[in-house]
Amino acid sequence: MITSTGWIIITAILAATSCALVGTFLVLRKMSLMGDAISHAVLPGIVLAFLLTASRNTFPMLIGAGIFGLFTVWLTEELSKKGRIFHDASMGIVFTTLFAIGVIIISLFAANVDIDQECVLYGEIAYVPWDLWIWRGTNMGPRPVWILSMVLVINISFITLMYKELKTYSFSPQLAATLGLPVGLIHYGLMGTVSFTTIASFESVGAILVVALLIVPPATAYLLTDRLHRLLLLAVLFGITSAVGGYYMALWINSSIAGAIAVVNGIQFALVFVLAPRYGLLGKKLRGRRATRTEPELITQPEPKNVREILS
Amino acid sequence: METLIEFFSLQDPNIRYVLAGTILLGVSAGALGCFAILRRRALVGDAVAHAILPGVCLAFIFAGGKDPFMLILGAFIFGLLSMATMDFISRNSRIAPDASIGMVLSVFFGFGVVLLTFIQTTGFVDQSGLDDFLFGQAAAMVGDDVLVFGGLSALILVITIIVFKELKLVSFDPSFAQSIGYPVKRIEFLLALLMVLVITAGIQAVGVVLMASMLIIPAAAARYWTDSLRVMLLIAAGVGALSGVTGSFISYTAPAMPTGPWMVVSAAFVFFLSFLLAPGRGEIARYFQKRKLSRRVACENILKTLYSMEEEDGRIDRVRPARELRKRRHLTRRTMKQVLSSLLRRKLVTYYGGTPDGYLLTPDGRKEAKRLVRVHRLWEQYLSQHLQIAEDHVHEDAESMEHLITSEIEAQLRASLGSPERDPHKSRIPYDTEDNEPSTSNSAEKARKDKGGISGYKPGGKSDMIQGGKSGNRPDNEGKGGAS
Repeated sequence: MITSTGWIIITAILAATSCALVGTFLVLRKMSLMGDAISHAVLPGIVLAFLLTASRNTFPMLIGAGIFGLFTVWLTEELSKKGRIFHDASMGIVFTTLFAIGVIIISLFAANVDIDQECVLYGEIAYVPWDLWIWRGTNMGPRPVWILSMVLVINISFITLMYKELKTYSFSPQLAATLGLPVGLIHYGLMGTVSFTTIASFESVGAILVVALLIVPPATAYLLTDRLHRLLLLAVLFGITSAVGGYYMALWINSSIAGAIAVVNGIQFALVFVLAPRYGLLGKKLRGRRATRTEPELITQPEPKNVREILS
Repeated sequence: METLIEFFSLQDPNIRYVLAGTILLGVSAGALGCFAILRRRALVGDAVAHAILPGVCLAFIFAGGKDPFMLILGAFIFGLLSMATMDFISRNSRIAPDASIGMVLSVFFGFGVVLLTFIQTTGFVDQSGLDDFLFGQAAAMVGDDVLVFGGLSALILVITIIVFKELKLVSFDPSFAQSIGYPVKRIEFLLALLMVLVITAGIQAVGVVLMASMLIIPAAAARYWTDSLRVMLLIAAGVGALSGVTGSFISYTAPAMPTGPWMVVSAAFVFFLSFLLAPGRGEIARYFQKRKLSRRVACENILKTLYSMEEEDGRIDRVRPARELRKRRHLTRRTMKQVLSSLLRRKLVTYYGGTPDGYLLTPDGRKEAKRLVRVHRLWEQYLSQHLQIAEDHVHEDAESMEHLITSEIEAQLRASLGSPERDPHKSRIPYDTEDNEPSTSNSAEKARKDKGGISGYKPGGKSDMIQGGKSGNRPDNEGKGGAS
C-alpha cells in the first residue's frame, strides 16, 4: 500500500518528467514562454467545462483546457502575423486577456463554483491522495496519477516516434522545411503535447509552477551537454530531483509543495550555472585565465619579415 | 444610469480614491509599456511582476503588516533583482532570453508562494490583505494607498516626460545613441528602474498575474493609430486611463466583480477595436487597400492586354471581344465585368456593340497602356543591363514592378538607360512622342511574315503563332512576347 506521501511524490515525479521532456524542445526552440501562456490561458476553458458539466470531473476540464490551450497557440500566431506585432507582445495580450476572462467568469458564478483562481495558480498537490478514482467500486488510486501517467506515455511515444523530426526541427526549422518534413504537423504536435502536459500537471502543481518544471530543468541540463538525448535524460533527472527535494523541503519548512519545487529548481540551476564545466561561470573564468596566459606566447613568436620567409 | 451619475459625481470619497489610483496606474503603465513593446521586452514586465511577490511577502514579514512604504520597497528591490538576474543569465550563458524570463518568473514566484504559505501558517494577525496582491484589489484602496501608489505613478510620468528624448533614442537605435555620446547604459538602467516602479505601483490595483497586460495591451493598441512615439505614448496613456475608469466602474456597480481583470478585458477590447478599425494599419482599412490595389492591377493588366493585341496585329480599330480578353488574363467573369466597367467609366476603353461586340482602347487608354508597357520594358532593360540578370528572368519582376513605378522613377530609369529603343527581348519600347499607331515588335513582324502576312483578328491561338509556337498554348503568357 502506498502512503499519501508516496502518492504525492509519485505525482510530482510524473509531472516533472512529462514537463521536462516537452520543455526541452520548448527551450531549444526558444518558445519557453508558450508554456506560461498556455497554463494561464486555459483558465476559462476549465471554468466553462466546470460550469457546463456542473461537476469537478477531470475529463471535461481537460478537454476544455486542451481546446483553449491550442486556441492560445493559434491566436498568438495569427495575431502576430495579421496584426503585425512582435510575437512576445501578442502572446502577452492573448494569455493575460484569456486569464482575466477566466477570473471574471469565476467571480460571476462565484456562488456555484467551488474552484478559485488561487488553486489554479498554486495547484493542490497536497490533496492528490484524496482525489481517488473509484472504478466499479474498486479504489484505483489517485486520479491525477492516472492522468499524468497517460500524458507521460503520450509524450514518450510522441518523442520516440518523431525523434529525428523533432531534433531537426528544434535546431533548425528552416532545414526541416527544406528537407520536406511536415513542419506544421511537428509544430502543432509539439504544442498539443505541451498543452496537455501543462494542463494535466497544473492541476497538481499550479499554473506558474508548471512553467518552472517546463523550463528550468531543461535549461539546467542545457548548460551541461550538447547532445539531444543526454539533454532529455538530464532534464528528466533534474525534474525528478527537484520534485523529491521540493517535497521534503516543503515538509521541513511547512510550506507549499509546488512553491518549494520551484525553489529547488532554482537552486539546482544556480549551482549548475556556476559549476558547469563547459558553459558554467567558473569553467569560463578558468578557461579565460588560461587563454590570457597563453596569449603572450603567441605574440612573442617571431614575425615573418617577408614573403620568402613565410613560404619557407 | 443612476449608478453612472452616482459614480461620476465622485461624491463617495472611496470612489475618488479608487478612480484616481486606477487612472494614474493606467496612464503610467500605458506610457511606459510603449518602450517595453518597442524594445521587444513585453514579457520582461510579466516576469518582473511575478518576481515581486517574494519582495512583498518579505516586507510583510519584516513590517509585521501591510505598510505601503515597506511593501513598495520590498517589491522594488525584488523587481530590480529579477531584472538583474534575467540580464545576468542571458549574458553569461547560452540560455536564450525567453528561457531566462521564464525561469526567473517561475522560480521567484515559487519562492513567493513558499513565503506566502509560511506567513499563513505562522498566523500573522493582519495577513488577509496579502492575497490581494495576486489579483489586485483596487476597491480596497484607502487614502494612504492611493497617496503612495498614485504618487509613484505621477513620479514615473514626470520622469518619463523629462527624459523622453533620451528614452526614445535608446529605444529605437541604442548603437547610434552610443556613438553620439549618450550614456546608453545609464538610460537603459533608468528605463528598467521606471518599469520596476510602474509594476510596483500597479500590483495594488491589478495584481502580479495581470500586471504585464497593463503594460502590453494599451501600448499595442496605440501602435495601430500612429507612427509617432509621442502620439503613441499619449494614446496608450489614454487607453490605460479609460480601462482604469471602466474597471473601477464595473466593480463599483457589481461589487463581486474584480477591478483588475475588468481593466485588462476593457483594454483588450480597445485593442481589438484598434486592430480592426484603425485607419491605415487596421485590418478593415488594410482589406480595402488590398482590394483597391488588386483592382488597379487588374485594370492595368487589361489595358496592357488590349495594347499588346494591337501590337500583334498592328490595328487599333479592331474590336476585342471580352471572351478573348478573358482567355489571355485569367479573370473570373465577374471580375472582368467589374474591371471593364471601371475602365469604361474612366473613358480608357469604349464599347462597340456590333458583331463581334467588344472593346477598343481610347486615345487616353492607349496612352496609359503605353506607359505601362514602357515602364515594364524599361525595367526589364534596367535589370538586364545594370543588374546583369539573364533576359529570360526579368519578365516576372517587371510584371509586378510596372504597377509600382512612378513617373519620377521612370524618368530616372530613362536617364540612366539613355531612353533605349528596345528591351532585352528586342521589343520596341513605346515612347509618348511616337504617333498613335502601335509599334509592332520584331517578333510580331517576323511571325506575320512567316504566316504569309496574316493580319486582323482571328479567335484563339493567335498569340502562340506570333510567339512562333515557342511559349506553348498559355494565353496568360501574353506578356512574354506580346507586351514585353
